[in-house]
Amino acid sequence: MFQFILRRLLIALPTLFILIAATFLLMHLAPGGPFTTEKPLPDEVMANLEAKYGLDEPLARQFGTYLFDLVTDFDFGPSFVFKDLSVRDIILQGFPVTLTYGFWAFIVAISVGIPLGVAAAVHQNSWLDYLAVGVSIGAQVLPNFVMAPILVLIFTLWLGWLPGGGWQGGQIEYVIMPVIALSTSFMASVARMTRSSMLEILHSNFIRTARAKGLNGTSVIWRHALKPAMLPVISFLGPVFVAMITGSMIIDYYFGTGGIGQFFTNAALSRDYGVMMGVTILVGTLTILFTTVVDILYAWIDPRIRY
Amino acid sequence: MPKLRYFGLVIAATAVLGCGSMAADHLDENQEFTYRLLDQFPSLDPQLNEDSAGFSVIRDLFEGLTTQDENGDLTPGVATDWSSVDGNRTWIFNLRKDAKWSNGDSVTAHDFVYAWRRAVDPETASSYSWYLEVGQIKNAGEIIAGDMPPDQLGVSALDDYRLQVQLSAPVPFFPSMTTYATLMPVHQATIERLGDEWTRPSHMVSNGAYVLQDLVLAEYHSRIKNPLYWDADNVIIEKVTGIIVNDDNTALTRYLAGEFDHLDGLPAGQYPNLKDKYPDQTFSMPLLCTYYYVINQSESGNPALDDVRVRQALSYAIDRDVIVNQVLKGGQRGAYSFTHWATSGFDMPDIGYATLSQAERDAKAKELIVEAGFGSNGDALELRLIYNTSESHKAIANVISQMWKEKLAVRVTLENFEWKTFLDKASNQDFDIARSGWCGDYNEASTFLQLVTSDNDFNDGKFTNARIDELMAKSATSEIDPQKAYSEVEQILADEMGLIPIYHYSQVFMKVPALKGWPLNNVENNWYSKNLYMAAP
Amino acid sequence: MFKGANLFLRSEKFLTFVSIPNRSLWRNARDRFFQNSAATGGLVALFLVVLFALFGPHIAAWNHEDIDWNLLGNVREQGAPSWQNGHYFGVDELGRDLFARTAQGTRISLMVGIVGAFIAVVVGTFYGACAGYVGGRVDGLMMRLVDILMSIPYMFVLILLLVMFGRSMLVLFIGIGLISWLDISRIARGQTLSIKKKEFVEAAAAMGVKPIIIILRHIFPNLMGVVIVYATLLVPSMIIYESFISFLGLGVQEPATSWGVLINDGASQMSYGTLWQLLFPLFFFVVTIFSFVFIGDGLRDALDPKDR
Repeated sequence: MFQFILRRLLIALPTLFILIAATFLLMHLAPGGPFTTEKPLPDEVMANLEAKYGLDEPLARQFGTYLFDLVTDFDFGPSFVFKDLSVRDIILQGFPVTLTYGFWAFIVAISVGIPLGVAAAVHQNSWLDYLAVGVSIGAQVLPNFVMAPILVLIFTLWLGWLPGGGWQGGQIEYVIMPVIALSTSFMASVARMTRSSMLEILHSNFIRTARAKGLNGTSVIWRHALKPAMLPVISFLGPVFVAMITGSMIIDYYFGTGGIGQFFTNAALSRDYGVMMGVTILVGTLTILFTTVVDILYAWIDPRIRY
Repeated sequence: MPKLRYFGLVIAATAVLGCGSMAADHLDENQEFTYRLLDQFPSLDPQLNEDSAGFSVIRDLFEGLTTQDENGDLTPGVATDWSSVDGNRTWIFNLRKDAKWSNGDSVTAHDFVYAWRRAVDPETASSYSWYLEVGQIKNAGEIIAGDMPPDQLGVSALDDYRLQVQLSAPVPFFPSMTTYATLMPVHQATIERLGDEWTRPSHMVSNGAYVLQDLVLAEYHSRIKNPLYWDADNVIIEKVTGIIVNDDNTALTRYLAGEFDHLDGLPAGQYPNLKDKYPDQTFSMPLLCTYYYVINQSESGNPALDDVRVRQALSYAIDRDVIVNQVLKGGQRGAYSFTHWATSGFDMPDIGYATLSQAERDAKAKELIVEAGFGSNGDALELRLIYNTSESHKAIANVISQMWKEKLAVRVTLENFEWKTFLDKASNQDFDIARSGWCGDYNEASTFLQLVTSDNDFNDGKFTNARIDELMAKSATSEIDPQKAYSEVEQILADEMGLIPIYHYSQVFMKVPALKGWPLNNVENNWYSKNLYMAAP
Repeated sequence: MFKGANLFLRSEKFLTFVSIPNRSLWRNARDRFFQNSAATGGLVALFLVVLFALFGPHIAAWNHEDIDWNLLGNVREQGAPSWQNGHYFGVDELGRDLFARTAQGTRISLMVGIVGAFIAVVVGTFYGACAGYVGGRVDGLMMRLVDILMSIPYMFVLILLLVMFGRSMLVLFIGIGLISWLDISRIARGQTLSIKKKEFVEAAAAMGVKPIIIILRHIFPNLMGVVIVYATLLVPSMIIYESFISFLGLGVQEPATSWGVLINDGASQMSYGTLWQLLFPLFFFVVTIFSFVFIGDGLRDALDPKDR
């Protein structure tokens, strides 16, 4: 196991390198640049800007400089749009915000979704099952760009219970609506994955055997069925957690939470090369981290799997 | 979301009657003002600023030589008075002696010299350095191009409180240019000590009525009253908070829930309903911007567009009243001229097709398109119309393409692109018709009409007319009466239909009734928190 | 463990096709599917939605792109659903007939949802199953590639696709398909890892069955349950995702439309008294999603090799 983790960590570096190179190339291929504006800048002004940000150098050299600063100084360079901020400042400020509501949304999604799915599977075709399925589909079909404004309408304008947006360092009343809006659709997915996978396990022979041996229902479910039933759910959760962070753009857009999510789209749209590379590296690292964790969890749950 | 970037206009000379005085009202005990911002501004560094959101904050934090009052008229800022002895070429500004930085230092002429040199220094790489070139400050262009050191800039401190500016051409409205962020002073010692980090809340040293208290990227920022400001006794609002809300609908919900005192950017088309429901809170003012369609007359465009009859037919067939009254519904006005109707000094010429009724225009359009060999019985005319992502661009493009289809049998393919791709396509003439908008840099017609000269960078349609070039060149050197020249240019533009003007912008916003002192007559929407106050309920 | 039964069932299939048709696996599955009333109901509802998509534009009184100039500008007061003026579902903000637009949007969204999810499921499952089954270095390499693709800012990919290939439904499918098969490949691989250690797979391998056959015949059917459920989760997200892509200018272009675009537009107007603009497209969307979910669950139950 230790060897496996070590190997994964070693391979993460070339993976990240390819990711950085590919993004760098894609970014520069896209039409327009960070300083393309509606009122075109005079040539000399453009030249000064390009010189300041090193864009006048050949692409390979820019890439080399970027990598060098990254490796030696952990320096992500400047933002091309937010002129007096560095990419590190932007990530350090936005990422904790996203991580906070992403984490709580994740907790809500699994702590509601998994029990809901298990209950639905255990009582298959009962009213509980239909209710659970109904609720989870209902939560899923309401896209979060519909949900977010509805939440603000209800809790801010009509009831006046919660502030309509902002973050204020993560005070509880500012966290509630983002968490609800972000978690519902994932909660629904988790519930449905759990239900289906649980059903499969409950119908399998070893559970029938366990039941036949006279083990009582609850113990069979929690002791024997739950663990293997979690396998597909777990491989779903890795990407979900990353998706919660990248997909939080809608949350930042509607709730003005100041998270990092909005930069995934905004930096691409404004061609903020610096921020774009920064967030890509962030997501890449998270993705690699989570796939590794998921693989370890897999091996732990299903001892037959060896790497 | 990309939107038309509108930045501070420089007022030449607007004399509008003043209004309102605060004496009549009782002040509220709580003097806090909260407003909505659409997006995070890129920078609070005066020399690096490039948008109106940033300028709205910088105006409060820093004070230039001059400022604007509630009517947009020029009033003293750090300078108490200014004059030119040699026909607007050399300007001398006398600075007040009680102006202080927020750390207690005096504001001197040297601070301005430092700031202005900084603005043109290639190392600063300000995307607004051209502003000093527009102001004709001596050697600005050479310094930007790197051909001269920054200390050759035509600005110098005669002593601590006298600033001299040398221009390479007479600019009568130069003092009004000093209201803008790029020409505001900055504190040299702070910048040299802290580098890029000098604009952080805890570091920033500023000389305006307010100082920066807090700034959280993409969430909010706040500024509090600066006790060292020379006119602090007359500043009433204690704290100003700008909250970023990207979505217009959510912003309105939050305004109605009482979270903001002022809301800029109402949801498209909602102005009449809101005006109905909240007549004392909803406002519409002219804004010096023109919305128009560019016609590609270069080789890459549809060859039919080289025919003036086709261009005229396309323009005549657009029912501008439908667009402003039924689609936008925010007090905009249909445009037949490129220059905004409210532009100071502009003498609107009698443009032929503007005076016709829409039915007459439609009939004429049909005639013209048939003459050109198209229309329902002629060849099919197919056009590609490009626009950038935005609800109102989408609505207008749909409506206009239907008008063209129904009246002229023109088949239009709509193509929506994200902002940067759109700019790339537009500047490379990869379109037949392109949506565009232009906001005046200053309140004078040439800011619009420079655009239709042959060699202008922003002339995406590649429209050329020798007479227009001649008129614009002559008006710049005052060889001929500029206003007459402008009228003639508009006349030619309408006859040749070099581009299709669609509407003149307005600014719609809401504010709570308790918020007083809002500059309702300032067509550039330049408000200063120091002039505002909250009245007691 | 009697998972090996699956192997025999499968080989039996070929025999039964010829000789005893009424005992065929597919026949059984079909019967069981139709016994499930929710699944049957879902199928009927989906069929009706498809009918609406096919014939809606023909029975609409208006074209989806024509503007009703009488209503433009006073949609809130007069644009509500009405039989008199032929706008059965009312009109959108620009006075265009919502019935025709919803029907036209249904065509596009169904296509995007089904084709997109289908591409994602086929590619993702196959890729994941191969990686999981072959294992070792190949697996490592294939999954690291997924890691990379997952982290690349897809916005640039979309923008480049748009610039290089122009706009078309094909680009839309490629754009959507490219991104969405990644998650499912992860899940499929994870499942394959545990399935390949089971006796029936090892038995087949011992008998010298080619890996590709093992993957197709033994791994695939056992992945079915998870994959189908995931696919039904994928359909709604594809449809919503399309609205985002359209928003960037890669998806459908005005005046054509889709559910995602209609719902987005309707939602932005929801507090201004034109709720029908949200409710009609949302209704069709919701009905379709419920149908897919019930059909998916029914299929899963009907096809489950263990559950008999």
